[in-house]
Amino acid sequence: MARVLLVELAHTRSGDKGDTANVGVIAYDAQDYPLLRDLLTAERVKAHFGALVKGAVERFELPNLNALNFLLHGSLGGGGTVSLMTDAQGKVFSTALLRMELEVPDEVARRVKGKGRVPADFDPMRTVPAPEGA
Amino acid sequence: MIRIGSGQGFWGDDLEAPVRQVEGGPLDYLMMDYLAEVTMSIMQKQRSRDPSAGYARDFIPLMERIFPTCVEKGVRIVTNAGGVNPEGCGEALVAVGRRAGVGGRAKVGVVTGDDLMDRLDALLAEGHELRHMETGEPLTSIRDRVESANAYIGATPIVRALEGGADVIVTGRSTDTALTYGPMMHEFGWDPEDHDRVAHGVVAGHINECGAQASGGNALVDWWTVPAMESVGFPIVEASSDGSFVVTKHPGTGGRVSRPVVSEQILYEMGDPSSYITPDVVADFTSIQLEEIGPDRVRVSGIRGSVATDFLKVSIAYSDGYKAVGTLVYAWPDAAAKARGAERILRARLDRLGLVFDEIRTELVGWDSTHGHLAGPPPADLPEVQLRVAVRSRDRASVERFTRELAPLVLTGTPSVTGFAGGRPRAQEIMAYWPALIRKEAVQPHLNVRILEV
Repeated sequence: MARVLLVELAHTRSGDKGDTANVGVIAYDAQDYPLLRDLLTAERVKAHFGALVKGAVERFELPNLNALNFLLHGSLGGGGTVSLMTDAQGKVFSTALLRMELEVPDEVARRVKGKGRVPADFDPMRTVPAPEGA
Repeated sequence: MIRIGSGQGFWGDDLEAPVRQVEGGPLDYLMMDYLAEVTMSIMQKQRSRDPSAGYARDFIPLMERIFPTCVEKGVRIVTNAGGVNPEGCGEALVAVGRRAGVGGRAKVGVVTGDDLMDRLDALLAEGHELRHMETGEPLTSIRDRVESANAYIGATPIVRALEGGADVIVTGRSTDTALTYGPMMHEFGWDPEDHDRVAHGVVAGHINECGAQASGGNALVDWWTVPAMESVGFPIVEASSDGSFVVTKHPGTGGRVSRPVVSEQILYEMGDPSSYITPDVVADFTSIQLEEIGPDRVRVSGIRGSVATDFLKVSIAYSDGYKAVGTLVYAWPDAAAKARGAERILRARLDRLGLVFDEIRTELVGWDSTHGHLAGPPPADLPEVQLRVAVRSRDRASVERFTRELAPLVLTGTPSVTGFAGGRPRAQEIMAYWPALIRKEAVQPHLNVRILEV
């Protein structure tokens, strides 16, 4: 077994409903979805966020998208216009989950190594041209 | 097959996107979503200062640019730009249409009846308690502070406006998704009880409602490989009468429509995916099948729907105190320690002044503002950090005084501080959000569609 970060296995998207943030987690590779489903329990996600999530964590499965959806209740400082947080609407809340460490088989760790991060030679000042030349 | 393009994902979105959509290729409908929970309260504030305001003002100059092309090409527009004043928006639209030279060649449909503000006391007296959906509290506990109340309405009035020949339809608090599936129901003549087809329309609407977020914008997956975001093509739904559709964008535009990008958008603001509730149907997002069928083409099918509930959601905005946010920047060495030291001094002064706050929140932007304690301890060599202090209070005077306590820290606090050029923070009234449910029969008979000749 080896340790990887969730950022190497999945990409995420989050949003808000009042004081609840949602965190959607999508496996990069369909073959890793069962692993995520087993490892990312509601309890582990709740423990990962600690004091950042005051209420319960609910989990829903979307096997059709190789995805899980979490609802993190009481995590946005009151939510919407009331919240004093920079991220009052939970837009980037899901990126904090990408820090989670997971124990995975060695072959999975080898396959996903470096996934989810920009390559060392990436130059953000250079545009990637559109295929048909936009 | 009909093409329904997305033109705006929120009020403040890329103003060139709708132009690219109507000029860049074939299109039958352009939907533009301007409303969020926060937006309604902002518009309400604007209308309280100026009775002719209260809608997305950007929409009018935008229409001046695209109205002639839309009329020539037969692109119909469906938008909730009307905000809390669809009638004012409709009248401004007629005036700008005449100025743009489409007088006598276009009709505007104005949908009203979602606004419950004038009927609120009557509704409460009839026994509609409008309890908060999360806390269960009855609305009477904050009734005297309510500033706006709007029911989320579905596709019925949009379909009626299209049947009435409207080329541009302006609604108030229509659901974001109805702006896309309203045209599908109209074009294909779907039976509203055909839940599976309508549910496909809802998913199409959910994909369209955030603009470029479904075509490569803000997509986390391999983001550094997404081409030409400076000329991003907004999503276009190619809808078929059986409900299935293809998500794509105009050829030659930047961005990306792929299975993982569309999946991210599907999960945005998702609750229980098996039960996505709209006024017209409950859609099961766990039944969505996505298939990449070509470059920038994702086919969406297989969606199951079930009968809608007897309720509509109501968006209520109420005055809930005041807040203010201010920032200062601290430089290396020991930037985080200097910022924390300034925070301690500030809190002690606020306390000594006897000010009353419901909350004082401090973040060090550049270290812990988005990940909190998960960011770990600040690195010793952190080059700089921004101290962000936010306060909230029912007492306006306390918030006003706070806005005068930040600047003094420049000369009376910890060293190496800068970044105060923006001046004092501004105290803002908070318009809080109160979600509630109401029985459909209390709203639907009041929905009205007015067709205006340009």
